[in-house]
Amino acid sequence: MDQQKIVRFWQGNEACAYAALNVGCRFFGGYPITPSTEIAELMSRELPLVNGTFIQMEDEIASIGSILGASIAGMKSMTATSGPGFSLMQELLGLGCITEVPCVIVNVQRAGPSTGLPTQPSQGDVMQARWGTHGDHYLIAISPSSVQETYTATFQCFNLAEKYRTPVILLLDEVIGHMREKTVIPHNFEMEIYDRKKPTVPSKDYLHYGADTVCDAPFASFGEGYRYHVESLTHDEKGFPTNKPHEALRMLDRQKSKFEDHLDEIIDFDESGTEDAEVLVVAYGGVARSARQTVKNLRKEGLKVGIFRPLVVWPFPEKALRQRLEKVRLVVVPEMNWGQIIIEVERQAHDGVKVVGLNRYDGQIITPAQIAAKIKEEL
Amino acid sequence: MPGLDVVPPIFQYLRPEKKLSHVWCPGCGNGVVFNALLRAIHKLGIPRDDVALISGIGCSSRMPVYADFCSIHTAHGRALTFATGVKLAKPKMKVIVITGDGDATAIGGNHFIHTARRNIDLTVILIDNYNYGMTGGQYSPTTPVGKRATTAPYGNVEKPFDICELARGAGAPFIARTTVYKATELANLIARGIEKDSFALVDVISFCHTIHGRLNKMPQAAAMMKWLKSSAVSIKAAAKMTPEQLEGKITTGVIHEVEEKSYSAKYREFWNDKIRPRLDSDTAFNITWEQGREFLC
Repeated sequence: MDQQKIVRFWQGNEACAYAALNVGCRFFGGYPITPSTEIAELMSRELPLVNGTFIQMEDEIASIGSILGASIAGMKSMTATSGPGFSLMQELLGLGCITEVPCVIVNVQRAGPSTGLPTQPSQGDVMQARWGTHGDHYLIAISPSSVQETYTATFQCFNLAEKYRTPVILLLDEVIGHMREKTVIPHNFEMEIYDRKKPTVPSKDYLHYGADTVCDAPFASFGEGYRYHVESLTHDEKGFPTNKPHEALRMLDRQKSKFEDHLDEIIDFDESGTEDAEVLVVAYGGVARSARQTVKNLRKEGLKVGIFRPLVVWPFPEKALRQRLEKVRLVVVPEMNWGQIIIEVERQAHDGVKVVGLNRYDGQIITPAQIAAKIKEEL
Repeated sequence: MPGLDVVPPIFQYLRPEKKLSHVWCPGCGNGVVFNALLRAIHKLGIPRDDVALISGIGCSSRMPVYADFCSIHTAHGRALTFATGVKLAKPKMKVIVITGDGDATAIGGNHFIHTARRNIDLTVILIDNYNYGMTGGQYSPTTPVGKRATTAPYGNVEKPFDICELARGAGAPFIARTTVYKATELANLIARGIEKDSFALVDVISFCHTIHGRLNKMPQAAAMMKWLKSSAVSIKAAAKMTPEQLEGKITTGVIHEVEEKSYSAKYREFWNDKIRPRLDSDTAFNITWEQGREFLC
């Protein structure tokens, strides 16, 4: 086996598309929107070469509808968009949650609201990713901080989607989506690839929303001998609509425990300097790059600063952060928005800790110097 | 089945574990369409495993849950987008979409025209009852001018869509229309639609006697059936009538039919001509496009 590494000078969007192809995505339905278009263009070029299908739909609602349909019929599916399109997708994102359909939605965030600043970065969709669709639901969102990590995070997205039968959002920001950097492509045999399980029971015994199939559950594809109903209404274990309180409770509790019972497997974060930190920076996505540099610089100055970076933003690593906040006096949360993840950080903070945000929403990135200045100002 | 010596063949297509009754009002035309659909599938001899029945939201869209096929009850107006995904992932499946006038031409209007334009190989059965029945009889894009609805208490002001003309304008290669009174013709037209290797629309004029009928002096199903009977004119007879004579009439039969390759067929051709020659002969993907689907899914 050729062990020589393949090195590319990729954008985040390119890394995402190639990773999707390598993890087995074979259906892409999308609608053009800046700054995500490179993903659609690349998929339109590459998917036919691996026998996949690319289709440009009439809008983002249709895009997510088509990928949900293709996924139900057995194909690993993906779409890519940005803020305005992501807003349109919220309706069927909820449908994907209640019907438990694996799929990956890439949102290359740009500054909003509305049409906003189409070519400028933002992290304004973090809360929308979690709570944008109506009703109680769980889903997973991953926000990588480099092009290299975008490659592996895309694998992670598909694996989690397939395993937990859920939509997964890859929350890029324009910084990561359009920045070029050195990317070492791992061989596929080095990567974990999880494909949904096929059912083994006879068709008549197959329960698509069965009681004992909370996670890692088999998923029968259409056209393969299993006939069942996929239902957007609250449904029972067979997928049939129900109004009965105990069946509604069972469905929602099941969809809740699917995630809450497996938080340790889903949650992913990294940290440095947290063991003795008096000041903690909590950052994610593109901003975490500046935060890392700040920590390095301030450590040289003798300040006990650490960084905590959630890679999986949703579900939020509540427990892990709470533990790390115990000895901390000050937490700075830099974000390219008015302050969204800071709400989650405040929820985990004890009384003695000061939590402050460093927010930029003019379409510009946050620099290491700005974070350092904020820390010194608040100390 | 007590009282029946012979079980009707369409009973095999009902979900054994789904206990009917259904949600439809007594006398509703949806049952006629459901019956016609199952008879069409039975006549064509399509295995149940190969049928995907996909619907949006509304009274008619509750149909898939009762039928023993692969089925999806999607969101309001979005059935065609899911159907597109299923069809492209599993080209061998017969994908049938059940939708209504509001579902397909109001909230789902964009998907309707674009799916017709792309000529995705689907059969769309659009059940038109002139109002939003499930939400209580509000006016829809097909409510005739002057007819009353719960959101048009003084009569509807808006000009209605001619759904068949809308589909024709969007490029649908097969368009048929009939009423729930003509149950046999309905089954035959659905069968023809399913057989077509292209986007096929069967526009079924039905009724909602419990709300639209009640608000417009026709509160009994039988009266509405009589109205459908007297209003329907076959396309052949309509050809000899003047526009004045056709006022208020429903033209039935195959409205429009052209032979045109479906999206799947064109994609397959494109794949064979442009992509296959590029592939390395040793590659695992050196197979037909259809084989590729089986291999991938």
